[in-house]
Amino acid sequence: NVVPTSVKINLINMLSETGLQVIEATSFVSPKWVPQMADHTEVMQGINKFPGISYPVLTPNLKGFQAAVAAGAKEVSIFGAASELFTKKNINCSIEESLERFDEVVKAAREASIPVRGYVSCVLGCPYEGKISAAKVAEVSKKMYSMGCYEISLGDTIGVGTPGSMKEMLAVVMKDVPVGALAVHCHDTYGQALANILVALQMGVSVVDASVAGLGGCPYAQGASGNVATEDLVYMLNGLGIHTGVDLQKLMDTGTFICNALNRKTNSKVSQASCRL
Amino acid sequence: QEPQASGLPEYIKIVEVGPRDGLQNEKVIVPTDIKIELINQLSKTGLPAIEVTSFVSSKWVPQMADHKEVMRGIERHPGVQYPVLTPNLQGFHSAIAAGATEVSVFGAASESFSKMNINCSIEESMERFEEVIKSARNMNIPVRGYVSCALGCPYEGNVVPDKVAEVSKRLYSMGCYEISLGDTIGVGTPGSMKKMLEAVMKEIPLSALAVHCHDTYGQALANILTAIQMGVAVVDSSVAGLGGCPYAKGATGNVATEDVVYMLNGLGINTGVNLCAVMEAGNFICTALNKKTNSKVAQASFSTGTIN
Repeated sequence: NVVPTSVKINLINMLSETGLQVIEATSFVSPKWVPQMADHTEVMQGINKFPGISYPVLTPNLKGFQAAVAAGAKEVSIFGAASELFTKKNINCSIEESLERFDEVVKAAREASIPVRGYVSCVLGCPYEGKISAAKVAEVSKKMYSMGCYEISLGDTIGVGTPGSMKEMLAVVMKDVPVGALAVHCHDTYGQALANILVALQMGVSVVDASVAGLGGCPYAQGASGNVATEDLVYMLNGLGIHTGVDLQKLMDTGTFICNALNRKTNSKVSQASCRL
Repeated sequence: QEPQASGLPEYIKIVEVGPRDGLQNEKVIVPTDIKIELINQLSKTGLPAIEVTSFVSSKWVPQMADHKEVMRGIERHPGVQYPVLTPNLQGFHSAIAAGATEVSVFGAASESFSKMNINCSIEESMERFEEVIKSARNMNIPVRGYVSCALGCPYEGNVVPDKVAEVSKRLYSMGCYEISLGDTIGVGTPGSMKKMLEAVMKEIPLSALAVHCHDTYGQALANILTAIQMGVAVVDSSVAGLGGCPYAKGATGNVATEDVVYMLNGLGINTGVNLCAVMEAGNFICTALNKKTNSKVAQASFSTGTIN
């Protein structure tokens, strides 16, 4: 289901009131490939931009970058992968070619004083290649970091990782990228996300990606879940006494809003448990 | 993976509570033959302990009314324990007559929960359990002790770690060989799990401790990970995550055995359990109950058609 622009804008505005400091707003990719993000310019121009909050957008190439900046974007992201097959299937080129493409974006962004976040997909496994070596993850991360990305988000794209593989991968990547520049992006497809995030925190990672209400299924496993729910993550961090600045109740209300709009149940267990109907 | 290098146990014993804790908390009452088939399938997965049923009055727990038939009807595989709940001496005698060779008693770290659940104070419940444990020890029958509300109570809210330690110590001194600490409403987090275990570990040897985490707030695996990082080597779970939460309508309860095994496999920890076989047993019971599994591993595996 493609979500109406007004609902997207409302969602982002509500998220802006929860204390979250970074909200990934949209993707400046051709609507031919990603129709759900076709309204990227309207969304970018329609949202309330609160001071102190960053609204990064995806920009897969120079063209997308320029469109993003024209629409008012002040931070961009690029999406690499630690798997050749995944890169080929996803963006139809090799890792090396994708990095050349990103280099153009990063150069232009740096000229415009726009920070760039780098994502590395498939860090704990690939839907096509299966096992992924930690050394490969480190290699791609290092390249993106050296190009000029201020942060590298390591994504367990199909959620197959466990605390064991997370620990092993991070130990290798941390030799090439400072831990302060690392983030984890865990999927909950096999229920492992919070345990994986816990291990990452124990190793010093202090940036975590999550999705309100656990929005976003897994395109590689029909009916399976994808992103970890922000509510469940915040619940855990609160219990650990870790400060996030996020108001859990407001976050849950936002989750309720978007689930109603999408006519679907939440993927957040904290939200489910808190609804005593 | 080298679990020893990371301070984790090499082997973790998984106690499967699906047939009892799981089915007791499902909406549908399951026919006796289905229960027996489920337990027989679980007996072939490598699980070392399967909680079979509860010898409690069918007036209170109608889902377990067929306790005798189930106990007598299941296959008993060598090397597998089949504990049953026995809340009092009467239940204990009934269990022994039906062939039980291990029993469990259920205490709580909250007075309100004890009162609401079994209509007596913690002290009175301990006296009741003492009778059971004395008889059990006389017959060389091992007794496992459960402590509910270890990380929070649906009535009292916060539960003090020292209270959990006190109740656990009482059960252990009476003669329970193992104490299973239950996060009954799943509100615990790695933070509260750690604090509680630190207090309990002052009174009870690590090797006698188990954790029984509920996934109502999605925290179970993170809590279990914390516990095993502290050296706990016994974990309770329920096939397909059977058993909702009676205190939060529509919310989940028990953590899914499949998801626990998946995590432990990834950590290189031995459990002796065949994940595929557990998923098949989970598929069987979910089909019989006409419900979706609560196991994410099972959901992901059956949808892709491959098992990771």
